[in-house]
Amino acid sequence: MALTHKATVMDEKGIMQALRRIAHEIIEHNKGIDDVVLVGIRSRGVPLAKRLQAHLNEIEGISIPLGILDITLYRDDLTERQDQPQVHTTDVPFALDKKHVVLVDDVLYTGRTIRAAMDALIDLGRPATIQLAVLVDRGHRELPIRADYIGKNVPTSSSERVDVKLNEIDESDQVDILEQ
Amino acid sequence: MQTLRRKDILGLEEMSAEEITLILETARSMREIMQRKIKKVPTLRGRTVLNLFYEPSTRTKASFELAQKYMSADSVSVAGTSSSLVKGETLKDTVRNVEVMGIECVIMRHPVSGSAYYLARNVEASVINAGDGMHEHPTQGLLDMFTILDKKGRLEELKVTIVGDIRHSRVARSNIWGLQKMGAEVVVSGPPTLMPPDLEAFGIKYCPCLEDAVDGADVVMALRLQKERQEGGLFPTLREYAEIYGLTSQSIAKAKDDLLIMHPGPINRGVEISSELADSNRSVVLEQVTGGVAIRMALLYLLMGGVKEE
Amino acid sequence: MTTLLIKGGRVVDSFSNFDGQADLLIKDGVIEALEKGLKPPSGSETIDAQDLIVMPGLIDMHVHLRDPGYEYKEDIITGSRAAAAGGFTAIAAMANTDPVCDNPTTIHYVLERAGNAAVNVYPIGALTKGLEGKEMAELGRMKNAGAIAFSDDGRPVVNGTIMRNAMQYAAGLDALVIAHEEDLDLAAKGMMHEGSVSSVLGLRGIPASSEEAMLARDLMLLKTTGARLHIAHVSTAGSVQLIRRAKAEGLTVTAEVTPHHLLLTDRAVKNSGYNTNTKVKPPLRSEQDRQALWEGLLDGTIDAIASDHAPHHTDDKDVEFDFAPFGIAGLETTLPLLLDELFSGRIKGLTLSLLVDKMSTAPARILGLNGGALQPGSAADVTIVDPKRSFIVNPETWHSKSRNTPFAGRQLSGAPVWTIVGGSVVMKEGVIAEQE
Repeated sequence: MALTHKATVMDEKGIMQALRRIAHEIIEHNKGIDDVVLVGIRSRGVPLAKRLQAHLNEIEGISIPLGILDITLYRDDLTERQDQPQVHTTDVPFALDKKHVVLVDDVLYTGRTIRAAMDALIDLGRPATIQLAVLVDRGHRELPIRADYIGKNVPTSSSERVDVKLNEIDESDQVDILEQ
Repeated sequence: MQTLRRKDILGLEEMSAEEITLILETARSMREIMQRKIKKVPTLRGRTVLNLFYEPSTRTKASFELAQKYMSADSVSVAGTSSSLVKGETLKDTVRNVEVMGIECVIMRHPVSGSAYYLARNVEASVINAGDGMHEHPTQGLLDMFTILDKKGRLEELKVTIVGDIRHSRVARSNIWGLQKMGAEVVVSGPPTLMPPDLEAFGIKYCPCLEDAVDGADVVMALRLQKERQEGGLFPTLREYAEIYGLTSQSIAKAKDDLLIMHPGPINRGVEISSELADSNRSVVLEQVTGGVAIRMALLYLLMGGVKEE
Repeated sequence: MTTLLIKGGRVVDSFSNFDGQADLLIKDGVIEALEKGLKPPSGSETIDAQDLIVMPGLIDMHVHLRDPGYEYKEDIITGSRAAAAGGFTAIAAMANTDPVCDNPTTIHYVLERAGNAAVNVYPIGALTKGLEGKEMAELGRMKNAGAIAFSDDGRPVVNGTIMRNAMQYAAGLDALVIAHEEDLDLAAKGMMHEGSVSSVLGLRGIPASSEEAMLARDLMLLKTTGARLHIAHVSTAGSVQLIRRAKAEGLTVTAEVTPHHLLLTDRAVKNSGYNTNTKVKPPLRSEQDRQALWEGLLDGTIDAIASDHAPHHTDDKDVEFDFAPFGIAGLETTLPLLLDELFSGRIKGLTLSLLVDKMSTAPARILGLNGGALQPGSAADVTIVDPKRSFIVNPETWHSKSRNTPFAGRQLSGAPVWTIVGGSVVMKEGVIAEQE
């Protein structure tokens, strides 16, 4: 099924501004970032978390810990998918106990990825809180999950696809909506 | 490659370098789980695995069982008895049971070469060969490669010398195929009576003199010597074997300085390897054990994690 | 007995070196005439053999019928029907039954059962009592009872003195000794040919020397005993060489080869994923051995082709490789496999006349039977082949009780369609006549 471009909802500047705003919100919400850690969900949550880490460092002058989470082994759709996802390494090289963990992902959609990510996090330790930061919230939740920090709300129909491109992976910074 | 498009893991001879790479990469991710406090992922909840061991095994069986627990699979372990005197009904009847019990993956160790093929042909479940006679022991070969890769950072262009009873060793066969596919050079050494006939079939070099065989080697792997081989008249005595084919600091003098010493265990100290070498920091016998669980977790995921292709 | 006219076929009689269009008239169980343009006598039946090949009835000199004792694998009746379906008019049954066919009573039993068989069944007596290789069996009494030859086939006679005495004694009776050449210590509980394939598969090997060492011993013994010695299922290049040299020296030795050794190699074990139907003794050998067997067959070193039909029950074979018994069932595939080789032109020098010699004329000569020829006065045993009939080997359709063949699924061209034994039609247009 060929997808065609419908609209560009964020450009490089928009992404940058959204992340900076989120960084401020994280500081505000947690009253500082002393006990805050970032965990990016593979794959595009990882560069987003790194950018947030840089923004936070710029504002507060400290580099907070950053971990990488691979949620493949926690997915609830393994028995339904034909294309078996490849497992990558989870790398959270610090203790989560009593920390405020900010999970970072690119798009919040059904909520199933976040459910898997929370299960994975809890297997790694007992955080004080788990918060969620996403670049785009496109709606259509299937689980009772909401984001704490949202770059942009983008109303979509479920036949559309939200395509996030990030320099670190895709050599451009852009969020597009594609339609059938 | 991201998916293993096969039902069974029967041997490394029939696997490609891409498939082996995928398994090794997946195992690396699995090893992280083993370092956690809570060593468990929910991936294979509600999936059933049967461990069928027709030969005594402690390490391999424990390793598979741990892998199953870490992956949250439900498993049953059965110790079978197998003897040509119990006229062949056992495996065939087991096959029927596997089919009605809804088992999705069978791990089998069996004293007869090729029996994993027999099982795989007769069940819909995935079969992982945990050692069939003198044929192959693919998970051991994979974990050995995993250990080497971990220590050396690569497999290509390494020289690996395997010493001992190649003829009767399924571990040697799996390593010979796997290592060569991954670009390593394999040299074997040991008495000619313990070499398989027509060695050229494996594409490897045989060097009867141990000192020369390990010349420039990055890895040396000593195989376990079974006492029955002496009784079978294939070599005179253990002490003669130790003197001529045992790994000692003298006999491995020509190897590279960062030589890795491996052994699939259990070791006959002072026979295949001198005690001094077995305990030295060049020896990775214990690392091999952790790698084993990671490899087996990877295989369970790769065989059971997705939907069976029709 | 009716009179039968086989009309318009291509007749190949290697006994008289005849190969051409002719009609064959059969009367009272013997061949009456072989001529062109014979008119059907009144009251005779006519078989239209246009486009078919008419040959003297084929003789399989090496068959295991498992009867008495292992009737769940095969019996004399089913085995004989399998033979008829495979184009054979006579078969020689090996002695490794239970009880062993090492006494006149068991010979009588086989002959009595053979009275109801579809083809002629000739019992082979054991060379030693109980096939144990320790004491000579009653060769003379068995010969008088109807044994056609003597063999411990399935086992070698380990003790050289006993073999020597048995050969010497048999010579006095002008009896044929058939030898199974295998040094059991060298064979060392092997499962397949020792070589690169066994090494890769991790199966214990049976070295070529296990056959050659024993064969060399028996050929040495033959020099002084003067027996008529026939070597069963030759399988190695070295054996072919030994027999070639012995024949050049004038020793009275003959030899046979099986179709599976001519057509398959040890690679079949690997390619089939350890299929136990490739497990056979002697084992399927190397490609070099296979080539040497064809050479030996074509140059006359090897006299005959025999199936070594070794039927086993499916349950016996449907087990792990080490636990399966050795053996391939061959009665219903031997002729089609060889016809297919012949018509495909794969084997240079293989002619119809040569094939008929190896499968009919030579076995008759070795066993001393009235057969193997289409001459007036010979027994009216006739096999008629349709060279155009093509089929896929499907053991489920066999007359044998067994199914153990590594050739299942193979597409073949050329098949027997009529089998006539002593003037009676036992297979008609590919269908075996029901027992009355």
